[in-house]
Amino acid sequence: MLSRSRLGETTIDIRAFDLICLTMAVVLALHMPQLPIWLSSALALILGLRWWQRRRWPGRAPAYLKLPLLGLLTMAVIFQYHSIFGREPGTALAVGLLVLKLLETETPRDAQVSMAFACFALMAALLFNQSMLVTAGVALGLLPALAALRALQPARMATTMPRELLPAFGLLAASLPLTLFAFVLVPRLNSPLWATPPTPQARTGLSEQMSPGDFAELLTDDRPALRVSFDDAQPAPAQRYFRAYVMWRYDGRRWDYMGDPRPPATVESADSIAYRISLEASNQRVLPALDVPLAAPAQARLSADRELIADKPVNEALNYSLRSALHYRLQAELDDREQRRGLQLPADFNPRTRALAAQWRQQFGKNDAAIVQQALTMFHNDNFRYTLSPAPLGRDAMDDFLFTTREGFCEHYASAFTVLMRAAGIPARIVTGYQGGYWNSLGNYLLVRQSDAHAWSEVWLAGRGWVRMDPTAAVRPERVSLGAAAATGDQASWYRNQWLQNLRNRWDIVNHWWNEGIIGFDALRQRGLLVPFGIRDTDTTTLSLLLTVTCVLFAAVGLAWALWRRRRQDALSTAMRTLERKLARVKVIRRLSEGPQHYLSRAARALPHQRRELERLMDAYLSLRYAHDEPPTEPLKAFQKAARNFRPRRTST
Amino acid sequence: MDLGVDAIRRMQSWAERRLPALTRYRRPESLPIELHRRRIYIVPTGFGLGFTVLLTVMLVGALNYANNAALLLTCLLGAASTASMLIAFRNLDGLRLTTIQAGHAIAGQPLTLQFHMQSAGRMHQAVYLEVDGQTQAFAIAPGDSTRVVFSLATTQRGWQPLPRIKLWTSWPLGLFRSWSWLYPQQSSLVWPRPEAHGPPPSQPPDDLHRRRLHHGEDLAALRDYRPGDPLRHIAWKVSARHHSLLVKDFEQPEGHEAWRLDWRQLSALDHEARIARLARWLGEAEAKGRRSSLWLPEEEIASGIGQAHYTCCMNALARLP
Repeated sequence: MLSRSRLGETTIDIRAFDLICLTMAVVLALHMPQLPIWLSSALALILGLRWWQRRRWPGRAPAYLKLPLLGLLTMAVIFQYHSIFGREPGTALAVGLLVLKLLETETPRDAQVSMAFACFALMAALLFNQSMLVTAGVALGLLPALAALRALQPARMATTMPRELLPAFGLLAASLPLTLFAFVLVPRLNSPLWATPPTPQARTGLSEQMSPGDFAELLTDDRPALRVSFDDAQPAPAQRYFRAYVMWRYDGRRWDYMGDPRPPATVESADSIAYRISLEASNQRVLPALDVPLAAPAQARLSADRELIADKPVNEALNYSLRSALHYRLQAELDDREQRRGLQLPADFNPRTRALAAQWRQQFGKNDAAIVQQALTMFHNDNFRYTLSPAPLGRDAMDDFLFTTREGFCEHYASAFTVLMRAAGIPARIVTGYQGGYWNSLGNYLLVRQSDAHAWSEVWLAGRGWVRMDPTAAVRPERVSLGAAAATGDQASWYRNQWLQNLRNRWDIVNHWWNEGIIGFDALRQRGLLVPFGIRDTDTTTLSLLLTVTCVLFAAVGLAWALWRRRRQDALSTAMRTLERKLARVKVIRRLSEGPQHYLSRAARALPHQRRELERLMDAYLSLRYAHDEPPTEPLKAFQKAARNFRPRRTST
Repeated sequence: MDLGVDAIRRMQSWAERRLPALTRYRRPESLPIELHRRRIYIVPTGFGLGFTVLLTVMLVGALNYANNAALLLTCLLGAASTASMLIAFRNLDGLRLTTIQAGHAIAGQPLTLQFHMQSAGRMHQAVYLEVDGQTQAFAIAPGDSTRVVFSLATTQRGWQPLPRIKLWTSWPLGLFRSWSWLYPQQSSLVWPRPEAHGPPPSQPPDDLHRRRLHHGEDLAALRDYRPGDPLRHIAWKVSARHHSLLVKDFEQPEGHEAWRLDWRQLSALDHEARIARLARWLGEAEAKGRRSSLWLPEEEIASGIGQAHYTCCMNALARLP
């Protein structure tokens, strides 16, 4: 027992301090990705030193250390972000202040304030990344925070450090049902209360430009880009082309996407396929779609080239349903302007490529399809190599690639092919997007990673419209049939290990569920919550009512638990009551004033067939009840068993 | 945070004044007292209020930025905080105050009080017992019991009622405080303070006293039979005239005369001064190992010796009007 007075006057013990340090370490670890490395290492150092110092010499860190550190922190944040307002600087400042608060954390009150602030800082980590792993990390960070609050209480039963976390875990686990109901039912805002500033972030992903070599980084990025679930059968691997950007303009080095505001090109199609895409945050406005989408989802539109453009950048995971054509004729007629754009080439670049194209044109005359075939045959036969680390290209990049280096990946092939087609007078354009993906049979969806990014060409052939041509497939057919991982077989590194890759692909189903169920649960989905119960539109009033009812129900359950007390049952009395119940069935009912001996003798007289058995029971009961202070275990068990097995038989005489 | 605590304290004192039935039991009760749902109250602490504000900020932020992960965790934290209220209640529920043992104190010196707390098959941790402005924390394992010791200031002799007792806890997270008032019907006797110095007691002539003692089977030299006394010490003849067995007491110190401390001999002093003098004489007798008898207006305590005798005499003095 500790004799301590009120909170606030004492200092916290070493266990509580350790838990506080642990909480702060978790906060720091979760914020590591968005903090500059020097700031997070400095904060980690302060945290470690303070922990060590308090173990050696308990007490506050001196004030002459605290104030300069506070100044330094503010200056560091301003130096890094040029402001202290906004998401990144605000978070950096909050995390820094939290760690500095540790320097003066000595009393329970300080510790309580620290831990409340730590909860806030933990949540702030979710502003940057809502993935399941980070959310789970934050939830784990709540454990030491709650355990620290618990450890501030005096006169506790001493336990080990891991056992300190157990009650906090139990508390969180017990709160989970209410949490889930509240999460589903808390009415979402249809429009934000205050404007949320757009927060462009540097992410690798498709971009509005493409020049050969750009994808090299992307193709080793294993993060999921999108997940697709098909309403019916999934398309064959060779048909899994997800178009994102269509690029027309070429300046000799780079391909550029130019938004075209005109109405979407006509498409004639015989079949269509319905599916749903769950897109990871990309900070781009383009929504990748399987081949040629037939209509745009809400809050997006179709561009002239049938790209899907969202109204605002996709900063959070987004779900949308689509219908696409796989066999189609896209834009059967090409007007003069588009013809010109489709043939545009910078004048003084790549002379040898142009010469080659001119030679083909002469050779095949007006047969565009034959020229296309010739180009593909060349890629297939002339020792072109697929590699993610090709030799650098010079000024006449396509000349160098086609005639000198002959190695590269999809961007090189698509680019070279498109330039060749244009030089030969066939309208052609570059399309970037994703190709392939991993079919997760467990979750029935297609997982497309950033490493599945791909570039290909579309050529316009009279009568057939825009036709997809994938020169990479000519060089390395596995790229299309098996996916990006198979194509880069020669550059296998440890994380491309087949077994590990499979494991990661399977694990992705959890992320998929997370994005679909939690992150994607928006105001729209909430309104459709009660559709299975016949309510088409669940409005805010209904939601509030439901939330209140749920809270009342949970309060009732909680109160029942809080008020419930384990009655101290006497095993012997319980067994005796069992016996009484059985005898009552044959009308031998114990009177209120009747003692056990009298009652059981009466029962023995009433049931003469079982006289011996009942007398044995009576003797056993009397001996158990009156011969000992506490009934001995073995005879008690025997009595319980006998009482349980007793079957009263009334003689029918 | 201090402001919040102050406000709550003010509200509590207001509630105690205005709503006594709600905040505590007004009439003293007999022991043991068991805490149950009718007498346990819960309010959020200052920290709890601050934490609620923080949660609200996080909730509004998560809704505004449509950040579902943050919303989920805010809900989790909110639900856990609410659940901690139930734990705060359970931490007091079923706790029993079985007995209070009061020590012996002389007026002006602290009185030792031992509170025996018992659990009803549940762990109770970080429970504070507050008596007369002093606070102590204790923990009880399931089915166990513990003693909490306080020392209470005393001012005057006589029966001193126990002050109101408060049991409270802010277990487990410090967000809620549950408390209960106890008003046990028990008083403790505070002994009179002996005077600092004064004359020794006047003694009757020695020979008279010696004659009385050696007269044979005087009752003063006999005491009640206690199990374990040797049979040959039993005074059979005297016992025959009494209802119980009497034993010859051989432990009396030889050569010391018993002091006869008589209230009536001190008529020169005023009431309290008489008591103070008698108390001093009793103390001296106890210290010197002398037998003494006490003669009070309505009570006579036969000659005796030892701690039990001293206690008995001091209690009699304390009880005087």
